Amino acid sequence: MRDGDHSAADGPGAGQGVGARLLRKEDDRLMRGRGQFVADIRLPGLQDIAFVRSPLAHARIRSIQIPEAYRSSVFTAADLVGVQPIRAVSGLPGFKISEQPVLATGKVRQVGELVAMCVAPTRAEAEDIAAAVVLDLEELPAVHDMLRARDPGAPLVHEHWGDNIFLETNYEVDIASALDAPIKVSREITTARQCMSPLEGRGVVATFDHRLDQLTLYSAAQMPHINRNGLAECLGMDQGRIRVISPDVGGGFGHKGILLPEEICLAWLTMQRGQPVRWIEDRREHLTASANCREHHYKITVYADRDGRLRGIDCEATVDSGAYSSYPFSACLEAAQVASILPGPYVMPAYRCRTYSVATNKCPILPYRGVARTGVCFALELMLDLVAAEAGLEPGEVRLRNLVQPAQMPFDNITKKHFDSGDYPEAVRRALASIDIEAVRARQRRGEPDGRRIGVGLAIYCEQAAHGTSVYSGWGIPMVPGHEQATARLTPDGGLELRVGVHSHGQSMETTLAQVAHEILGVDAAKVRVVLGDTAMTPYSTGTWGSRSMVMAGGAVATACRALAERATRIGAKLLQQDAAQVVFDHGEVRGANGSVSLREIAHTWYRRPQDLPGDVDPGGLEVTSGYKPQRDSGTFSYAAHAAVVAVDPDLGTVEILDYVIVEDGGVLVNPMVVDGQIYGGLAQGIGTALYEEMPFDAAGQPLATTLADYLLPGPTEVPAPRLHHMETPSPYTEFGVKGIGEGGAIAPPAAIANAVNDALRPFGAEIMRSPITPYRIVEALLAAPTEGRAAA
Amino acid sequence: MKPAPFAYERPRDLSSALTSLAGGGPAAKIMAGGQSLGPMLNLRLVAPELIVDVTGVDELKQADLGADELVLGACVTHADIEDGRVPDVTGGAMRAVAANIAYRAVRNRGTIGGSLSHADPSADWVSALSALGASVTLRSQAGTRKILISEFVTGALQSCLMPDELVVAVHVPKRAASSQWAYVKTCRKTGEFAHGLCAVLIDPDAGTARIVIGAIDAAPILVLHPEEMFGGPIKGDYKERFDARVADRLLSAAGVSEPAHRHIHLTVLKRAIREAA
Repeated sequence: MRDGDHSAADGPGAGQGVGARLLRKEDDRLMRGRGQFVADIRLPGLQDIAFVRSPLAHARIRSIQIPEAYRSSVFTAADLVGVQPIRAVSGLPGFKISEQPVLATGKVRQVGELVAMCVAPTRAEAEDIAAAVVLDLEELPAVHDMLRARDPGAPLVHEHWGDNIFLETNYEVDIASALDAPIKVSREITTARQCMSPLEGRGVVATFDHRLDQLTLYSAAQMPHINRNGLAECLGMDQGRIRVISPDVGGGFGHKGILLPEEICLAWLTMQRGQPVRWIEDRREHLTASANCREHHYKITVYADRDGRLRGIDCEATVDSGAYSSYPFSACLEAAQVASILPGPYVMPAYRCRTYSVATNKCPILPYRGVARTGVCFALELMLDLVAAEAGLEPGEVRLRNLVQPAQMPFDNITKKHFDSGDYPEAVRRALASIDIEAVRARQRRGEPDGRRIGVGLAIYCEQAAHGTSVYSGWGIPMVPGHEQATARLTPDGGLELRVGVHSHGQSMETTLAQVAHEILGVDAAKVRVVLGDTAMTPYSTGTWGSRSMVMAGGAVATACRALAERATRIGAKLLQQDAAQVVFDHGEVRGANGSVSLREIAHTWYRRPQDLPGDVDPGGLEVTSGYKPQRDSGTFSYAAHAAVVAVDPDLGTVEILDYVIVEDGGVLVNPMVVDGQIYGGLAQGIGTALYEEMPFDAAGQPLATTLADYLLPGPTEVPAPRLHHMETPSPYTEFGVKGIGEGGAIAPPAAIANAVNDALRPFGAEIMRSPITPYRIVEALLAAPTEGRAAA
Repeated sequence: MKPAPFAYERPRDLSSALTSLAGGGPAAKIMAGGQSLGPMLNLRLVAPELIVDVTGVDELKQADLGADELVLGACVTHADIEDGRVPDVTGGAMRAVAANIAYRAVRNRGTIGGSLSHADPSADWVSALSALGASVTLRSQAGTRKILISEFVTGALQSCLMPDELVVAVHVPKRAASSQWAYVKTCRKTGEFAHGLCAVLIDPDAGTARIVIGAIDAAPILVLHPEEMFGGPIKGDYKERFDARVADRLLSAAGVSEPAHRHIHLTVLKRAIREAA
């Protein structure tokens, strides 16, 4: 070995265990184009499905006319006898239940709602049949504006409710005490409706195995066990008769975390026809039909003292939940979360938040990476910049004065969130130093030769992740995470197989769980197989969502591997002819005074030479299924400070991101390279939220962005290379001190970029309080600014 | 997103293409790269019975340099122009325009004739070639006609192309040495359609100007008599004499009602005039 390699091999990031920058095991197949996604599955006789979807946002179905030639190829709700609608009920008091029929009955409530299912040998032929089906619809007044939907007299999405409110909540702590604060800033803030846009859309292949008497449903899904729950409920089948396989999945972000009516339709159809069937979501279906995300409205007032210290926040938040409550997260998770996390990482003595989850004639809303946090961070951080302006302080200073201090950790905040650990102010200080705030201010004073305006923006958040039973039982939704389980078993040749119920759709679990196993058992990561995404092969799990998989499945794998090490130690001691107390398990072998025996030899003995085993050997052998929960299940809190420098062209309204800094603390990182990748991807999505992505609707409720030429996603030239800095404060409650980190990258960028744009616009007396910040909106704001502002700037 | 059924022909010579087109009638559609037509077919926004793919016709891929003009076959690709595989008579103007059309993948297949036939007011060639004073030759079995691009495009996605006619060639006049050119556009992201786009060809010596404002929901605005815009005839000091209020009125008259939209178009125009060289 050359000298230069020595430190690299032994230094931080080396090796294969926790903390190693191990290359991703899954990339060997994915980068060679050998991944297997749902659309890659070919079964003999596979038939393709296209759906007839509602062209109107709200209408009564008078009739569905099927041409005679296609009578046996088209199915409507009338055919689906015994199939139950999707019901995602929340136990929160006052929640109104929506029933989402898998094929429309009576009424359609959104553009893209499924009305009929058409089957043919190819998708093109199926679309031809769909185009020949005639819908006779009586158009009803549609409501697509969530604020108007709240008004009395608005068209009703679900008539029997009497209004359009899924759920109204109110949370209040002593708001009266804040009202006399010298600084009071009020605004309305809006975040656009977005589409999650994973590279791979949804997709379903359904087939029935008569030998096993089992439906097999291949679905691009994050939570296959939850899909099985829902399928069993809607189809009235025993769970044992359903197997859900989620193969390679090309990005989830929440979009693949729901039960789809398409899944139920195809499951029903394959059992009816005895043929395998598939449906692959196309981009138009993704954009307009299945689910959107992020659409919030805030009417918010922030109270502060002259020194910038927060006295309280008063907010009325509305979330456009769309027409139906989606399974399992429900229509209210988003708004209820707004109320519980709006105070962010800050200390304040008073707080009030009223929330409305509103039904409209649009497709359901789903939790997208970061869930409500991206909107909440946008609203609060924009407001804090206004407080800073009122107080005459640097925005960074206002944050430092209000953040939870490290000495206060662990800290229970005003909404009873339990922040586990961290030094939030230090993250801000490092971000300000890295972005060189003084140099940016000096550059602003100098001005730009090209007339553009420089702005700098900050955003800070803390993110609850891997929260468990105690949190989710409170929501009362169809899914409550309990103990996470993992199976670890040694193979006869000393390899290790891990089976977990979470999934991996970009998270690199095949690599990071192997690292956890290596840390404990010393098995070469290349010899660790991670089995995911199959209800028949893995323990029950709520799946991958909420930045939970490393904390929960990582903890479960560690627990199972420790139990396996214990059993191996007893066998190893016998082979070494010593008492178990006299040997140690270390780096994949059992060592005693007179020698050592490897895991491979121990496995060989258990499986191939049982005659050599001790008489009192644990009959469970070298296979362990264990469950895990952190010591507290209220969640880990990772956090970050983002800082952006932008250049705004005040006449074209264009924004260029000149510099972007992220200081992040995700506790102990199992694989820092994987975390960096997660943050880069999250940042790209956050930039999309900030500057590009929006699903607009016309007055009749028609979605207007039906292709990616209309729905703009950031590309390589729009996403700068951020400068990342890691801090590491272990969680006191989890295995290895890890914290959930997967979503964070997408949370802060919209707020940081908006604050930077507003910093650039402030001399003009203009501001933008909505996402995305488009060139049109910037120019519009500048034209609306007082003329003296434009002149002074 | 699969197209409705259609018949597909890929003729190897022009007369076969025109025969196919005539035979197909109004239900026939020409494909000359498919970069706009492909998505429209997949979305079933169009459902022709016959597609006549003209990219197999060699004579549509020729470039002929004459004394006064360059004649480009309709199936010359944007990438052919970008990469300099065809001659240039515009002092590099066309190469620079081509290099910024959409993405390279689009430029590899997309053609100059196809883009003009599609007549999207946000497309680059519609405005740039109009400002350069280019014409197109249209052929049908009935005969041939030649028309200025500024007259060929009659509205958003509308042209005077008859159902049996094919754009066969683009005639680009040689740019005068004394002329000044600029092409400026603004897009929300790299490669997307522009929401502000101007091409200017101004010759202070000759006192002529062709100023085009594209990316509006109508045929691009062509200003041929810019005296009002510059407070008199075009001369060497035209940049100082530019008056944006005239263009603002033209934009209003063309239906651009939002002040912010007009402001962006005017900014692009001002920069084009400033940068003309």
